[in-house]
Amino acid sequence: MRLIALYLIGLVFGIGISISGMANPAKVLNFFDVAGSWDPSLAFVMGGALATAFVGYRLVLRRPAPLTDATFHLPTKTDLDARLIGGSALFGVGWGIAGFCPGGALPALGTGKPDVFVFVAALVAGMAAARYAQSMLAANQPARA
Amino acid sequence: METEFTPLASLSGGVLIGLATTLLMLVSGRIMGATGILSGAIWGPQGRDWRIALLAGMVSGPLVILAATGSFPAIEVPVSTLAMVVGGALVGIGVTFGGGCTSGHGVCGMARLSTRSIVATLTFMLTTGITVYVVRHVLGG
Repeated sequence: MRLIALYLIGLVFGIGISISGMANPAKVLNFFDVAGSWDPSLAFVMGGALATAFVGYRLVLRRPAPLTDATFHLPTKTDLDARLIGGSALFGVGWGIAGFCPGGALPALGTGKPDVFVFVAALVAGMAAARYAQSMLAANQPARA
Repeated sequence: METEFTPLASLSGGVLIGLATTLLMLVSGRIMGATGILSGAIWGPQGRDWRIALLAGMVSGPLVILAATGSFPAIEVPVSTLAMVVGGALVGIGVTFGGGCTSGHGVCGMARLSTRSIVATLTFMLTTGITVYVVRHVLGG
């Protein structure tokens, strides 16, 4: 039952991504091409998503717990470290080159278009490499709290 | 490659994204972040089942659009296959170190007014913009 609910939630996300234009590299890149063929559509995606999630979270997080778990699993980190900023900066460079971000590309797999599979394969490879690097860095800092 | 300004479709899509985000928090108490969902589905160690279910739903989205409208949503690729590979790899490295992407930081984190997510989002928005400018107007790509 829970897995069906999660499938449906994913479906809502996937439909939203599909109609929003986030799965369309040409549209994504044009949003950032302020000096050229500028298409502001993605601002409306962010706006709509943020407004909805902001209100939704405020309502949901009033509850003592989610429906199928004992607690909410919210991120606890607060520091603005080099990894956050460096990683985000690098993500942006990649997004600006390919026109896909993870949330945009994953639903796009459903179209069967080869370019999407190429991106996602490279994405996973990059994630694997970074995870390996992270484990090496962690191994060198045993005293880190 | 010009694209059409689609405020209504984009807003509607955004609202659905926000709705899915809210529902995941309500049902499972989790962040709707594509990075964490994908890496958790592949590497676990726990929680593979619900993440795979979520991903299966996400991938089904375009199929629903196909059934409802007769065609898939447009996927127009104005860059080379090499760009997809290089861009994909950089995104993969970046989101892993950065702890999230457009959905995780940009939507979920900012909806929670997380300073980390606001900083992350501003950073990647800035570098994406700079990259597109350099690629299109400096390198002529």
